[in-house]
This record gives sequence, C-alpha cells and structure tokens, in this order.
Amino acid sequence: MRNKKNTHRVLITGNEAMGEASVRAGCRFYAGYPITPQNELIGYMSKRMPQVGGVFIQAESELAAINMVFGASCTGARSMTSSSSPGISLKQEGISYLAACQLPCLIINVSRGGPGLGNIASSQSDYFQSTRGGGHGDYRIIVLSPFSVQEAVDLVFLGFDLADKYRIPCMILTEAILGQMMEPVSFPDFIDVKSVSRNKDWILDGAKSRKKRIICSLFLEEGVLERHNLVLQQKYKEISNAESRAYTYKTEDANYLITGFGIQARICREAVDILRDRGIKVGLFRPITLWPFPYQELQKISSNIKRVLVVEQNYGQMLEDIKLGLPHKEVYFLGRGGGGVPTVLEIIEKMDKII
Amino acid sequence: MKKKFFKPSVLENVKSHYCPGCGHGIIHRIIAQIVEELGIRDRTVGVCSVGCSVVAYKYWDFDCAESAHGRGLAVATGVKRCNPQLVVFTYQGDGDLASIGLAETIHAANRGENLTCIFVNNTCYGMTGGQMAPTTLVGQKTSTTPWGRNPKKGDGWPLKICEMLSLLEGVCFLARTSLYNPKQILLTSNCIKKAFQNQLQNKGFSLVEVLSPCPTIWQKEPQEALKWIEEEMVKSFPLGVIKDV
Repeated sequence: MRNKKNTHRVLITGNEAMGEASVRAGCRFYAGYPITPQNELIGYMSKRMPQVGGVFIQAESELAAINMVFGASCTGARSMTSSSSPGISLKQEGISYLAACQLPCLIINVSRGGPGLGNIASSQSDYFQSTRGGGHGDYRIIVLSPFSVQEAVDLVFLGFDLADKYRIPCMILTEAILGQMMEPVSFPDFIDVKSVSRNKDWILDGAKSRKKRIICSLFLEEGVLERHNLVLQQKYKEISNAESRAYTYKTEDANYLITGFGIQARICREAVDILRDRGIKVGLFRPITLWPFPYQELQKISSNIKRVLVVEQNYGQMLEDIKLGLPHKEVYFLGRGGGGVPTVLEIIEKMDKII
Repeated sequence: MKKKFFKPSVLENVKSHYCPGCGHGIIHRIIAQIVEELGIRDRTVGVCSVGCSVVAYKYWDFDCAESAHGRGLAVATGVKRCNPQLVVFTYQGDGDLASIGLAETIHAANRGENLTCIFVNNTCYGMTGGQMAPTTLVGQKTSTTPWGRNPKKGDGWPLKICEMLSLLEGVCFLARTSLYNPKQILLTSNCIKKAFQNQLQNKGFSLVEVLSPCPTIWQKEPQEALKWIEEEMVKSFPLGVIKDV
C-alpha cells in the first residue's frame, strides 16, 4: 500500500485535515478565495504550501481561483481550490472548461445553506449542482462524499488519484459540520510528488524536441465537437463502470433501509443503532461516490428491503437517484433545508410512521 | 545584400482567418519573430483568450492554452507559478482584458506576476459583430451604440488601461503602440520584445497595448482604418512608453 497509515493520530478540524491531506497527496498549487465555512482550509494552505515548496495564491475572486487552477493543471501540477456553495457557483464556469479540456484537479465544497447568500450552516443543497455537471455543457465530474474527518482525508488522496487517472476534475462535496468539527485522524505518509507528475504526455511544459501542444475547448469545425463530446461520454461510462463506491451498515438481514450521504449518513447510522436495539431490522446505505452514483451497490443489498427512507439536508435531491436505483420500492423522504439538520429523533419518528 | 524580412519559423504555414486589413496578423507575426529571436520557442506558453484571436494558437508553433473569456491572466498566473522556467504570455482583446477580465488584469498586474501581456485594442467586440467595448471612442458608432458612444447617456468613457495600471507597484513596463505605419510597427515590435525580455529578467508584469485596426467593424477601407487610428484613436489613447522601471 502506498498510503500506509501512521499510527500517530492528531485531533484536527475537517477543513485543516483536508488541507494537510492534499499536501501529503502531492498538491503543490492552491488558489482560493475566503468564504465561510471553509476559511480554515485556505488559512491552512497559506501556511503549509510555502513549507513544502508549493504555491499558494489568495485569488481576487473564485473565478480567478479556478482559472489559476486551470493554468496550474496545464503544467501537470496537482492543484486544488476550495470554497463553499456561493463560491462554488462562481467556479462552475471554470469547472466546465476544466472538464472540457480534460484537466485534473481537486475542488472542495464545504457546502452551506442556499439559495442565494443563504447562511453559513450545514446544508446538502448542492447535490444536483455537483452531480449533474454544474456548469454549461454535457459533462460530469467525480464527486466524493465523506462522513468523517478521517474519510475526508482518505478521499482527498483518492480524489487526486482519480482526477489524474481519468484526467477529470474531482470534487469533495462535504458540509459545514464536517469542515468545522474536530476528530482524531491518522494521516497517510507523504507521497513522492515526482511519482504523480510522470507520464503526463499532454501537459504544457514547452515544446522542446516535440510538436506543440494545445489545450483548448473550442471546436468550430463541423462534427469535431461532437466527436470530442463522445470521447468525454466514453470516459464517463468507464468511470461509472469502475469507480462507484458505497458504504453499507447492518444491511445483511435488513428489511428497511435508511439512506443519506455525507455527514447526514453519520446521523442516520445512530438512528439505525437505536432502531436495531428495538429489534427493527434496519440498515444504512451511503454513497461515497455521489457521481458516479452506486446504483448497482444499492440494488445488490435491496432484495429483501421493503421500504426505504432517504434523509437529506435539502428538500429531496439524492432522493431522485435512490428512486432511479430502486424503481419498484416504496421510497420515503425526510429532509430539512436552509441549515436545518434532520436529527436522530426525527429520523426515528419518521421510521416509526413508515414501519 | 542581407535579407531583412522573412517569415519566422515559429509562424505556422496556415491560411489566415482574419479579415483583410486586420491587425492581428501583424501582431501574431511580431510575437513569432520575437520568440524566435530570443530563442525561447521551446519554453514559451501562450494563453489565448476569447475574441477574434481565440485561435491564435493555430498560427504559432509553441505550446498554448485557451482561456475562458477574461481569465487569461489567471490561467497564465497558474502556469507561470507552477513552472517559472516557462515564458508565459497572454494575448487579449479589449473586451476580454478591459471588460469581463478587468479584475484579473488589475490583480495579476498588482501582484507583479512575472508575465507578458499583449493587449490588442481595436475599440470593439469584433467577433460578436462590433458591439461597444470599454475602449470605444466617445461618439463612435457600434452595434450597441447606434447613435455613437455617449457618456452623458451612461455609456461611459474609453477606459485607459495603461494609465490605470501605471499606478500599480507590481507593474514594470507599460507601453501603448500602434500599427498605422511601418515605423509604428517597428516600435510595437521593440516594445513587445522588451516585454518578453523583462520576463526573462524576472522583472515583473509587462503590458503592451497595441492600437489595432478593425476595418470590417469600423466599416472602413484598410488604409482608412489606419488613418483613423493615427488621426482619431490616438487622441483618446496617446502613444508611448507609459512606465518603464
């Protein structure tokens, strides 16, 4: 295993932990713009990047930040930006260009309540935006969703690896709660930065002893854009087939299923334990990859499931993917938006009604 | 006799897509010649921005990236900071650099990014059919100022980028040049060369604003367009080296 875990554990916030993980995963370029609740991350990067010989830029805007990442990615550097919901909306233009140009990068969204300026409380209302492309044009990005600070760290490593492997932007979609809360974490060892910059035969490093390279997304000649889009679609198909990941808990004998993603799934797991103590055969399904959504993993565990409850910090977004995956099941929903967080008690009350 | 004028090897053998009398071809050629003269073809990265010159990379034989509208200097910042060995320049029009990308322009300049910026000012949005640009002259008719640009009706005044940027500490070189006669073309070439040399000497942010003809949108013959620059445009945009430190 490349990422051998240290036994040493540190107590750290999710925001800072993702920053440290990115440095250990070989990130050497970070550009960002302040926004709550991800400010600990940009602050951490401002200290940490100079220590490892990397580049930190506080950009003039989210637009500039994502386009600086675009430039950095053109050179083959592992590069990252982070923001929160309103800022991520501003980055969508750049993400579309990154996707079109097949440039890898990691984008962290420590999401907050919306729409508009919303508030700075935990929310999951960016699920559609993240998993359906987000910007203009037909494209997808890989979206990873952690439910603990440790998992956030691990997914930063996975995110960079997948971004490089498929030449695609990768997003970690997390929430204010996880960004702000502290948990003990074991950090993987530093990876060799040189090992991740090898074999990039598309980067702009000066046309020395080779033909020039162009990184662009404008294809005006008839049919060229269509062919380019088919290449992207083929890649998305490959990713869908190979990279979906899910977490299941006590689903082996379950008749009822609770589903949620991110930090909400952590709250759901507590509800599962309490319901199990009462003798109810209930399990938890949590997608780790929000795109590609783990439909097959969901179907695999659901043959004995009678009813499904979807719990989200929004008004029903992942709900659509659960219904797509389980078209013949009874699916119920519990959601709160605008910073509201469905509690263990609310989940249990809802389950009592469903059962 | 020594041959003085030749096609630079860095300039590709492709058909021009520009209109007759357009200034882009001349500026593309100047850049190609300077890249060749300075021997930096193997480490040059151009950043092309949205506008008529979005496909400028078709004309140059070195690495290029295409940026989103207005974001050229942000992209160039990312490239240069990650690989300072590269010689990185942006090629931007007035709509791109002075309107939608103004924040990127000011902040890249203010950070003193070690970059070369070629700013082509033709007072209009050429590719989209000649709408008013931030640099459109007062009284100039465009497809969105059908009675002429009128500051009293809220159209604003021509934005003087070089003068604005001259206030910033991070900027080492600013020049405004033109293409209206061979002497001006030579001056343009000298200034662009200096803007590249500054980067090679790690001196910081250099920008050359080139007043460039757009006969199609201006609805003038190519010769008339050059005359208009010489007689009208330079009144709002005085030529010369504005800053050199």
